[in-house]
Amino acid sequence: MPSILQSQTFPLPYLYRMLQSIIFLLLLVAAFGFFAWQVRKVRANILVGRDRDMSGNTAERFKKTLLVAFGQQKMFKRLTPALLHLIVYVGFLVINVEVIEIVVDGLFGTHRFLSFLGPVYDALMATNEILGALVLLAVAAFWWRRNSASPVRRFTGPELRAWPKLDANIILYVEVVLMAALFTMNTADLKLHQLRGEDLPGTFPISSLLTGLFSDNASTLHLLERVGWWAHIIGIFLFLNYLPSSKHFHIIITFPNVWFSRLVPQGQFSNVDSITHEVKAMMDPSYVVPPAPTAPDGSALAPTSFGAKDVEDLPWTSLMNAYSCTECGRCTSVCPANLTGKLLSPRKIIMDTRDRMEEKYESPLIFRPNVYGAEAKHEPITDLANATLLRGKVTPEELWACTTCNACVESCPVNINPLESIIEMRRFLVLEESAAPNSLNVMFSNIENNGAPWAFSPSDRFNWADDLFAVEKTAATV
Amino acid sequence: MTPEAPAKKQINVPVMADLAARNESPEILFWVGCAGAFDDRYKRVTRAFVRILEHVGTKYAVLGLEESCTGDPAKRAGNEFLFQMQAMTNITTLNGYGIKKIVTACPHCFNTIKNEYPALGGDYEVIHHSTYLQQLINEGKVGVTGGESFKGRRITFHDSCYLGRANDIYEAPRDVLAALDADLVEMKRSRANGLCCGAGGAQMWKEAEPGKKEINIERTEEALATLAGKAEALANLGGVETETSTPSQHDLQGSIIAVSCPFCMTMMSDGVKNKEQESKVQVFDLAELVASAEGINA
Repeated sequence: MPSILQSQTFPLPYLYRMLQSIIFLLLLVAAFGFFAWQVRKVRANILVGRDRDMSGNTAERFKKTLLVAFGQQKMFKRLTPALLHLIVYVGFLVINVEVIEIVVDGLFGTHRFLSFLGPVYDALMATNEILGALVLLAVAAFWWRRNSASPVRRFTGPELRAWPKLDANIILYVEVVLMAALFTMNTADLKLHQLRGEDLPGTFPISSLLTGLFSDNASTLHLLERVGWWAHIIGIFLFLNYLPSSKHFHIIITFPNVWFSRLVPQGQFSNVDSITHEVKAMMDPSYVVPPAPTAPDGSALAPTSFGAKDVEDLPWTSLMNAYSCTECGRCTSVCPANLTGKLLSPRKIIMDTRDRMEEKYESPLIFRPNVYGAEAKHEPITDLANATLLRGKVTPEELWACTTCNACVESCPVNINPLESIIEMRRFLVLEESAAPNSLNVMFSNIENNGAPWAFSPSDRFNWADDLFAVEKTAATV
Repeated sequence: MTPEAPAKKQINVPVMADLAARNESPEILFWVGCAGAFDDRYKRVTRAFVRILEHVGTKYAVLGLEESCTGDPAKRAGNEFLFQMQAMTNITTLNGYGIKKIVTACPHCFNTIKNEYPALGGDYEVIHHSTYLQQLINEGKVGVTGGESFKGRRITFHDSCYLGRANDIYEAPRDVLAALDADLVEMKRSRANGLCCGAGGAQMWKEAEPGKKEINIERTEEALATLAGKAEALANLGGVETETSTPSQHDLQGSIIAVSCPFCMTMMSDGVKNKEQESKVQVFDLAELVASAEGINA
């Protein structure tokens, strides 16, 4: 294979290639090192959550991850966005094979090192190019769905302005830049080889249509090929390090998030164990309450509150949920409360959870938490240090609008459970603050006093059976 | 059949305490639920279901005065302490009688006893009445003949969240309705995409938060538009991005909204009244429809 720099004399290209490999290696190590450092911060944030044992059920979790995460099963409830997303997803997976080639080429100074695969390489390059073109079309459609004069309803709402709106568009623009770099590189390389009367390994159905647009000057083509090559890989390095600041982090964390999702029926809410011990001890004086967990050094831990006031009161799975959210709004678009104009938006609760984690603990490089105004009925927070998730970001009015219908849980393509966070915060309001709406307090005391949520006398409970008659169907009357 | 004088019999609903005193155990315990015991409208469902149980000769019993709220509304409202108090009281009662199998006409009781009682020591086979009715029909114990005919009447089934999404039961109620030989029409938001009636999560006991509309009105409008076959009313439903074919128009007279949950019953009935369609459209529970079709109401 001829070196693209073969026209030059020996020492210079050798040095140039050495230098290029060294620069590439440094960039590669820096990009992945910096990314690893950012992921550690994400991990630390998730681990501030309460312990929850999610071990076991490996076979079922494996199946779920295969179907929901790899197979995008839940995306296909809505065909149009599912197909568009599938293109970008498959494009991402397949084009990453080419990234492996770029990395090897960059490290060892080779050019299109995978070309030894022959016909497989032809197929790979052709697939890449076709997917690349489809990705551009899909991205255009995505952009239109968000930014046209009448956007899809779920891309609107108080939580999807400012940074979240910009973030969504940045992701689309970066995808355009990456695809443009890929096509620039291929087209220039292809034309360079055509000028020399040589065959470039691989089949390039899109780039072969574009060669006419490029200059006939060999050194310009060299430059364009290098610019495309470097722009593609540096773009990927930068994008990788943008992920932890973005909703686009879902491309990684979706997999563990789906793996650790709940396997029980959606209607089953968690039971609070500490309350179980208390109730059992009340009902049976001989019941021995197990000792409270202690810190590793044996000292007593501060008692935990009932329910959740802030992020560390939520189970770690709920915090991982927050990092998995793509802000797609399927949850909010099917929420009966939101559909009828109530303040509740399940997506907002998940986004607030991430904002709060990053505000209180480790922040990402770009941190622009949502600030809500009068529209979201938020009181201005003056005391940032003591603000909590509950009231600081999520208002009781939002929480009390929930019908616990599980539509949000059902709709989430990556198995986020907004309902669990809502219930945890309701528990805090009721059990720690006695701050339930008054009508619910009436319902509670009805249950306590009458064994029914309504104010009926328990002695009337069996009155429904009075004067109950039925037609007796005998063989003759049937 | 002699329509003038059907043979009537009085039903004395067997109570668990009496059975236990006689050292008997029932095949199923019918968990009535608070709405089934106290709500005037849902008492009719309870009575219809008991007629069916008597009709097929199932050996059943109820707890009667010993039954107490499962704790569902308390738990959904965040009052975990009250929920567990209720749960353990009920579990003590049920375990004391050695109950193995429970049938209930309330999806909230069903979900709570089936999913949340086991961790607190209450392990039972729990069946919702829609599944139980489906079994009776499949086994031929209920023929859904001899009574009111539903042939050709337009029925749409409103999924209960706590039966559907919460527990993945979508087909049993539809199978029961299919046995009626009626004209079943599906709402656009149905099964896993069903829209809540607005009463779950303890909303039944409080005013809705401020908003543009009540949820039960939104849902009733969808049900009525589906029954009437009004395409334009269905075109822009929130939360749905798929298109459906243009349905043909129908007169609402005699149409039915079928439910399988006491709270849905209240919300949909209120919605139909709000839309002033109660003279044309009725809301019925599955058990009422089966008992009517079987001709055992008296």
